[in-house]
Amino acid sequence: MKATDAIPVASRRSRYKFNRVAIACFAVIIAWTLVAIFAPLVVRYPIGKIVDYNYFGPISWNFWMGTDYLGRDMFSRIIMGARFTVGISLIAVLIACFNGVVVGMMAAVVGGWFDTIVSRVMDALISIPSKLFGLVVVAGAGSSLPVLVLTLAVIYTPGSYRFARAFAVNINTMDYITVARARGERLGYIIRSEILPNILAPILADFGLRFVYIVLLLSGLSFLGVGVQPPNADWGALVRENLDGLSFGAPAVMFPSLAIATLTISVNLLIDNLPQKIRDRSE
Amino acid sequence: MHLNDPAIIQFLKWLGGLLTGDLGRSYSNNMPVADLIGRRLVNTLELGLVTAIVSVPLSLALGIAAAINQGTVYDRVVSTLTVGFISVPEFLIATAAQLIFAVYLKWLPALSLAADINSIGDLLRIYTMPVITLILVNSAQMIRMTRAAVIETLHTPYVEMALLKGASRGRMVFRHAVPNTLGPIFNAIALSLSYLLGGVIIVESIFNYPGIAKLMVDAVATRDLPLIQSCAMIFCIGYLVLVTVADIVAILSNPRLR
Repeated sequence: MKATDAIPVASRRSRYKFNRVAIACFAVIIAWTLVAIFAPLVVRYPIGKIVDYNYFGPISWNFWMGTDYLGRDMFSRIIMGARFTVGISLIAVLIACFNGVVVGMMAAVVGGWFDTIVSRVMDALISIPSKLFGLVVVAGAGSSLPVLVLTLAVIYTPGSYRFARAFAVNINTMDYITVARARGERLGYIIRSEILPNILAPILADFGLRFVYIVLLLSGLSFLGVGVQPPNADWGALVRENLDGLSFGAPAVMFPSLAIATLTISVNLLIDNLPQKIRDRSE
Repeated sequence: MHLNDPAIIQFLKWLGGLLTGDLGRSYSNNMPVADLIGRRLVNTLELGLVTAIVSVPLSLALGIAAAINQGTVYDRVVSTLTVGFISVPEFLIATAAQLIFAVYLKWLPALSLAADINSIGDLLRIYTMPVITLILVNSAQMIRMTRAAVIETLHTPYVEMALLKGASRGRMVFRHAVPNTLGPIFNAIALSLSYLLGGVIIVESIFNYPGIAKLMVDAVATRDLPLIQSCAMIFCIGYLVLVTVADIVAILSNPRLR
């Protein structure tokens, strides 16, 4: 997970101290990532298989998180759902942040008409409410995984662009950038070696926040029935599928909700509790 | 329905119809889109208005109080709760509200059925749960932004100066700090109200509230493009109006930008 890449680098230096909350949150994020990677080894039943005669079964030794509306094992479905939720969100946030940051830095360095045109296009994109954008794209293009990933990436690129550009513009006025220009360095070298290292910490914090937004939006879209389609299910879709169980207080509704909450709250709290050194630079 | 025309011509025809008040016909139920939207738009606006009236003063009060008492137990409780509420999807809060108020406590109906409103009590019962959900989602955002804006101003040299020259704490906050945070705070309000647009989509479909967002989600399910197009346009206009108002207020409240 890229948002947390800063941690091994940072902990080498003693002045970067992480408090307990941050460590606990980091552990939860790592745990979910591992679960997503090794999901097929962890599941206890094939995810599509109906293994219980009861639907909305309670928690038992055989079914650790109860069974769903068809009598499928909820634990296995949530473990496999982690792949969709974490995987799709991670790919989407990587695309969004990579594009946003690279174009943002380019706009700041190049300036002029390039900056103006790109900024106006991004402003236009940002003025469409995100859930609405998702709904409209799915209505037009249908729902498949590539469409979903690209839509999420497009929705969150402008925010990342604005964020990166705002920082890069400040760095761009520094003397060492002028020196690099005078040396005749190319655009690629300037943004990679002069600007990027100086805006990396805030960019990583922003990456984490954007990941949370994407997880929330993806869950919301799946909950509305336009995200991940059956027979596959991410956590949002699992809540939707089992919503009828709400009136019995079925564990099948609670656990996917809990899964989303643990992931998003951990990322948010981790960012709130980043060491002062990193936070100062991101403000 | 001009389905044979190229997309750009279809769009121009739709745009032309828009200017004359003709939003086209819905594919799935063959009714004019304008008739379908009309009454439901009012319902959604009512929902948004009630939410705004309650959540704006509430979150300003809580946010400013948290900023003044920064670092106290109260501030920590508020901050933790707001992080919690903005980190979970809206549908989670809505389902939790259903679970608590409709399933366990049995105080309120789980769905909003506008048909059987007989008294003011019924009206309240139907509005309560969607409104509570939206208020929770919305206020959390607003409280966080308000708190951050006020804390930032409290750390500026002129506020410190006011304290040093002997102004009381209340005077320092309300006379010196708050007027300067009006811009960011109004910005926060307008932004949160624009998040309301997203929240409304989820909340209306969970509580089966007869508003425009529910109409649009249903239209997506049937791929009823004229209806989706018009609903999307209404949402975007609402969003743009709110963002523009935020910018104008920010300029008005900050003489340096005028």
